[in-house]
Amino acid sequence: MKIIGFIAVCITGWLLLSAINDFPDFGDPHSPANGYRLSQYYITDTFTDTSVPNMVTAVLADYRGYDTLFETVVIFTAGIAIIGILRRYGSSDKSVGRSKAFIEEPRKDLLIHTTCRLLIPIIQLFALYVIAHGHHSPGGGFQGGAIFGASFILLALAHNLKTAEKRMPERRILTLAGVGIFIYAGFGLACLILGNNFLDYSILHKLLPITPIEARSHSMLGVEIGVAFTVTAIMFSIYSNLVSSSRMKEGL
Amino acid sequence: MIWAFDLILLIFLVITAIIALQVRDLLSATMIFGVYSFLMCLFWAEMGAVDVAFTEAAIGAGVSTVFLIATVFRTSRRSSD
Repeated sequence: MKIIGFIAVCITGWLLLSAINDFPDFGDPHSPANGYRLSQYYITDTFTDTSVPNMVTAVLADYRGYDTLFETVVIFTAGIAIIGILRRYGSSDKSVGRSKAFIEEPRKDLLIHTTCRLLIPIIQLFALYVIAHGHHSPGGGFQGGAIFGASFILLALAHNLKTAEKRMPERRILTLAGVGIFIYAGFGLACLILGNNFLDYSILHKLLPITPIEARSHSMLGVEIGVAFTVTAIMFSIYSNLVSSSRMKEGL
Repeated sequence: MIWAFDLILLIFLVITAIIALQVRDLLSATMIFGVYSFLMCLFWAEMGAVDVAFTEAAIGAGVSTVFLIATVFRTSRRSSD
């Protein structure tokens, strides 16, 4: 069986490698993907349409806003499914093989605590920068949210789960995850109410003293913040469910 | 794109991938998988996809390694085959 598997892997690998010759060169401006009319439009007109220098974010959050909205919903659904499968309520402590002291008392390691105290604010600040600056430089809601969630996981690793739970209780996780999607969908709904298409942000200039082009830019920031809320909450909720036998008591 | 740097990264990438598959201890396999993710992150950064690179660093090398360790923690340590 192993030999058959090895032969299959070799043949697949050879097929993939022989396909390399047909690829366009790295960064080739005349490759089919770049030559298509739609990509030409994005490359030339994104800045005049939305005043956002980062084309990737403009495509992600504006031109293809539906896509991103439902990507966020997918993350939300995945998180809810993980909570639904793993979370166990009640107090039948069977699987805990470690001593109570390990669970209840926070670990006292000066080196790790001090490092985390220094690092976590910087990580969170960087995450906020990535979210807020996502339409001017590489980044955005998904990336920033992932980094922000990772900072909470670092806190839980360095102390114990209870310390992180104090900052991010389960109820708040679920609220934040929902609020993120509501922010995103709310932007779409506001456009709908003001008489434009769903997620067509340019109409939002009626609410604020800005031009329609600026309205698209600022709305992108808004929806990115919504995405970041959901990603942060779900990231930490997966961790806390996974490490604690789903009782939210101990840490790793 | 620096040719020699690319080659070194690629060789390390293949080596870590093979070791991660071959090693018997699940915890070591997880750690090597984290190294693999970090090399992948260097690749993204080198190809100019900075946002993909730091997502890979945060999720691939950081969070998913933690998730896998959390899962390994609940299993017996050595694989049976």
